[in-house]
Amino acid sequence: MYGKGRIIPALILFLGVMTSPIWYNSGEVSKLPKPEKPKDYKECVAPTQFMRTSHMVLLNQWRDNILREDGARTGRTANGTEYVRSLQNGCLKCHSDRKKFCDTCHTYASVKPYCWDCHLQPKEAM
Amino acid sequence: MAIIKADKLGVSVAKGPSLMTGAVPKKDWWDVPAIFKPGNYAYPAKKEIIEYHTQKTFPNHPGLFGQPRDWDPETDDWKLPDGWENIILNGLKERLDKFRSLKIFMDCCVRCGACADKCHFFLGTGDPKNMPVLRAELLRSVYRNDFTLGGKILGKMAGGRPMTFGVLKEWFMYYYQCTECRRCSVFCPYGIDTAEITMIGRELLHLVGVNINWIMEPAANSNRTGNHMGLQPHTFKDNIMYLCDDIEEITGIRVDPTFNRKGAEVLFITPSADVFAEPGIYTAMGYLLLFHHIGLDYTWSTYASEGGNFGLFTNNEMMKKLNGKMYAEAKRLGVKWILGGECGHMWRVLHQYMDTMNGPADFLQVPTSPITGTRFDNAASTKMVHISEFTADLIKHGKLKLDPKRNDHRIATYHDSCNPARAMGLLEEPRYVLKNVCNNFHEMPENTIRESTFCCGSGTGLNTDEIMELRMRAGLPRANAVKYVREKHAVNMLSCVCAIDRATLTSLMNYWNPDVEVCGVSELVGNALVMEGEKERETGLRFEPLAGMEG
Amino acid sequence: MRILNPFIAVLALIAVALVAAQVPGGQVLVGIILPYLAFALFLGGVVYRVLQWAKSPVPFRIPTTCGQANSLPWIKQNKIDCPSTKLGVIARMFLEVFLFRSLFRNTKAEMHDGPKLVYGSSKFLWLFAILFHYCFLVIVLRHMRLFMDPVPGFVSALEFGDGFLQIGAPVFYQTDAIFLGAIAFLFLRRVTLSNIRYISLPADYFPLFLIFGIAFTGILMRYFLRVDVVAIKQLTHGLATFSPAITGQIGSIFFIHVFLICALMIYFPFSKLMHMAGIFMSPTRNMINNSRMVRHINPWNDPNIKPHSYAGYEDEFREFMKEGGIPVEKE
Repeated sequence: MYGKGRIIPALILFLGVMTSPIWYNSGEVSKLPKPEKPKDYKECVAPTQFMRTSHMVLLNQWRDNILREDGARTGRTANGTEYVRSLQNGCLKCHSDRKKFCDTCHTYASVKPYCWDCHLQPKEAM
Repeated sequence: MAIIKADKLGVSVAKGPSLMTGAVPKKDWWDVPAIFKPGNYAYPAKKEIIEYHTQKTFPNHPGLFGQPRDWDPETDDWKLPDGWENIILNGLKERLDKFRSLKIFMDCCVRCGACADKCHFFLGTGDPKNMPVLRAELLRSVYRNDFTLGGKILGKMAGGRPMTFGVLKEWFMYYYQCTECRRCSVFCPYGIDTAEITMIGRELLHLVGVNINWIMEPAANSNRTGNHMGLQPHTFKDNIMYLCDDIEEITGIRVDPTFNRKGAEVLFITPSADVFAEPGIYTAMGYLLLFHHIGLDYTWSTYASEGGNFGLFTNNEMMKKLNGKMYAEAKRLGVKWILGGECGHMWRVLHQYMDTMNGPADFLQVPTSPITGTRFDNAASTKMVHISEFTADLIKHGKLKLDPKRNDHRIATYHDSCNPARAMGLLEEPRYVLKNVCNNFHEMPENTIRESTFCCGSGTGLNTDEIMELRMRAGLPRANAVKYVREKHAVNMLSCVCAIDRATLTSLMNYWNPDVEVCGVSELVGNALVMEGEKERETGLRFEPLAGMEG
Repeated sequence: MRILNPFIAVLALIAVALVAAQVPGGQVLVGIILPYLAFALFLGGVVYRVLQWAKSPVPFRIPTTCGQANSLPWIKQNKIDCPSTKLGVIARMFLEVFLFRSLFRNTKAEMHDGPKLVYGSSKFLWLFAILFHYCFLVIVLRHMRLFMDPVPGFVSALEFGDGFLQIGAPVFYQTDAIFLGAIAFLFLRRVTLSNIRYISLPADYFPLFLIFGIAFTGILMRYFLRVDVVAIKQLTHGLATFSPAITGQIGSIFFIHVFLICALMIYFPFSKLMHMAGIFMSPTRNMINNSRMVRHINPWNDPNIKPHSYAGYEDEFREFMKEGGIPVEKE
């Protein structure tokens, strides 16, 4: 083999960079996020699996529908319970602690929604 | 052979159906056979030439040049040795193990096509297989088929082709339509150098005895007599003495060169074409005048009387063998260092190969100009200096008495030869010299000079008359750039630092730009040099009247 | 055929993935076993190929000089395009690897009547190649959020920068669109330019289709079909910590995406994609142009090849030499 002095270190660097997530985590199994569920409410506005994948779409729809198309400000769940189509007055009514609910998953998945650029969470409001 | 007239060829190039003019062949390239007909191939080496090489040049390397024989490329019986396919494949394997460049260049091409319209052969012929990428694919397809996992499993799907006679024909055709000029490698994002591919392709062809005479005969001459022209020692000397006579007639000065002189400070080596053929001889007269002017203690050699090296166009073995004479002669004569004349491929060998192949030259000293005291540290190991470096240094130190007005009948441009430009980086020295020896100098368009320079179209042993149309096509990009400055600045002199150029560009200019002449930079130096005790000069070194002396 | 076959091959890969995502055990196969296998083959393959290259020496010093060489002290050298020092080569390689220096030189030649050749600047290939490669890099780095916990700052920063237009939810990444556009350009260039179409092989279209498939399924997954990111991160992060598990519900689109990525990783070391490593080892770019200053060693240089000797030469021509007044060694 020729040019060992440069090629071997380069290959080690390559392998190191490529496997860096492994070293970074150092085999530590992360704790899965456990969003705190509301104690007083059993039913959400849509099924859990839908909320897991698509809550952000729902929020956007509410916003567009209400603000731009003058849509209804309330909706009903499958069981007929009325709810307010609003982040602050709807979602946060049940999921009252942003840090214990929203942020657990969002931090885990590194998703930084810009909801909180404008909206205040209840505790901060107080 | 009668060759098509320039105006007709011009129409054919610009309008004829080719990939350059937008006509796409209907068949895939691997289904288009190479067909040899008069005018599109260089003649194979004569049997006795190959016999000479196998018996005299390389008696201990059987198989390097296949079986000596007479054969005709136009027939389908090339009299190849039995099992020639395996000879090629084994040869390829051996070279893959010897050259990392080959492996990398085989594996890395993404066929982005950046090289396609950079090749002068493609621009002039529009033949798809003259795109560097396809030229390489001719070999790469065989490599894939037999040396890669994908090719072994998927074969044709992975772009593999078995080694067949059809493939061999393509190799012979297209590895002799490449001048190893390296222009494509400037533009390739991975630096893939078709010169390497062509060199390997030609080496492989040699293994099965497929070759051209225009390379093998000069190589044989060079081995035996010391130079490509086959000039024997006394003839070599006589030729130079004739030049001295001419010099005396023109300048009234008698220059007195020495030959094979032991104890000289400098050994001077230039391509033998410079002492033999127009317009190279005028360049040689320039050297003679220059060395006399500065009183250089130098000698010519009849044994190492060739700067060029057709081994570069043959194989590594031949290149090393022919090149070896330079150091051998320098050692025998006990000179301090070697000065090299104007030549393109010679300088590729000297700059990139010589020291590696035939060094170390520890019996020589780091070249130092005895006139200016400048130490050429850039040649500290090889101990060989380019005449343009040497002359530029002299001019910079004011050691030359120059009268550039004597070149006022010349409106010059400068052609960067491929090898000094792209394998050496010699760009400014000749320009500096030119600007000091003539008053009228104009550059060709920037895409056609320096590292982007276009080949003369007939390098690497292709300046043979039987392929004249091909040469005129391949030289078109260069000729076209000259035409541009001829029309814009009335340029009438194409200067260069390459002996092959001096021969081939002359044909090329005669064809495309008949009123432009070709010269070596040193010829213009010779014209401008004011020699001590000279008579009034009325003509240049070609006996052409100087400006104001026409009457 | 050159275009259709690789297209069908990529469709077939998608079909296989789709089926695998539905059958029992298929998700484990595609989501856990295959990624490990593909990643190992990718790393092992690349290292193997590089070592194979390294087994061959670089016998001669053959840089392509693209500027004025180091020469007389008063002549200005182009220290990057014609480097005479290690530093110069590092600079040259940096420009080559990170900015595609050589491709930037690209010109386009046109033949006009006359005949007259005209050379124009042609930077589109360079532009889209740069966009393609950098978008690919950003996208790969963004994905590190799924393999690292806590997510490192530079990944978050990239995500933020990439989504700074704040369009839609989930936030739209510019690189996704530019990436697709660049692939489309590279593909259209291959099929519309006659000489490029003529040189293109299935091996050129296949990776384009494959990478397009990867980008497309990724975009579908993020913006349209949507999947449970937490469940996915549990799997992907599990892969990086050797404790993978599929617990939540993950849509088939994810498995197609992963399957195509695995195909790319496996394909990589055996294909032209190895140019990623090859560029670093290209002798015309990574060598110092100092071959007259420092002797380069060729390990297979054959000392038995000697020039035709002077003695042999003189023996043949001695009489002529004496007659011509040229000195000889033996009278």
